[in-house]
Amino acid sequence: MTEKKKHTLDPNKWIDLHSDYMYNYTITRVNDHEIAKDLVQETFFSSLKAMKNFKGEASERTWLISILKRKIIDHYRKKNSKKGKAEVRMSFYENGENKGKWIEERAPSLWGNAGEEAIENSELKSALDHCIENLPEKYRMVFLLKTVQNYETEEICNELGITSSNLWVIIHRARVQLRSCLEENWFGK
Amino acid sequence: MIDCSKASSICNKNQYCEASFLDKLKLGLHIFLCKRCKLYSEQNELMTKIFKIHLHKNKDVKLCKEDKNALKNNLEKKINS
Repeated sequence: MTEKKKHTLDPNKWIDLHSDYMYNYTITRVNDHEIAKDLVQETFFSSLKAMKNFKGEASERTWLISILKRKIIDHYRKKNSKKGKAEVRMSFYENGENKGKWIEERAPSLWGNAGEEAIENSELKSALDHCIENLPEKYRMVFLLKTVQNYETEEICNELGITSSNLWVIIHRARVQLRSCLEENWFGK
Repeated sequence: MIDCSKASSICNKNQYCEASFLDKLKLGLHIFLCKRCKLYSEQNELMTKIFKIHLHKNKDVKLCKEDKNALKNNLEKKINS
């Protein structure tokens, strides 16, 4: 049996070889050019410091991404602690005799302009972008990874260190919030 | 019988085809009896459609030359320091 080839690191080539890939990876998760750029840069700096810990078992890119992942998670943790709990409007009574029922003014109402043609309207796209923008950051990330990037539930859970029931609570709240936002800004008009 | 909050949460899971058979059964029964959740469920299907039409995977987004050069300069400084 041949011995596995050990991977090596060459920081001078990092930008050319990996920066686009890492930027792409980050922008799908944080949705902001400046923040994504900063996180990629910080990742390179931290990687430089951590080079002595590199054992050569993973490829250079895999190793860099593992550091980037931690940076992204830290970014969200910081964000959450700064702003306190991100505000989510609840649509259901949380206790009392009506627990679990729709809150009267948040209950779904009939939508106008919901026909096949209407939903392809580009103004709807703007309304949707606005509503997604208004989701708490963590919700937005989980929602987009699941809905748009089609990630497996398990993949997202591993990456963010959350359980699958956490994930579904987030998706549920994100969608309930998006529904009421679209109703306010588009379908209710 | 499940409440509206639970029904809508199963309904959301179902949009990703990840609701269990038993959950779908519970949802079906709830929707049969609850007009609001029936409406929510229909609107939810429509939302899934809207997401498919309007939200797309990021195609390869690249850093522009200036950004890359800035990254390079900063990294070089760190390497040499």
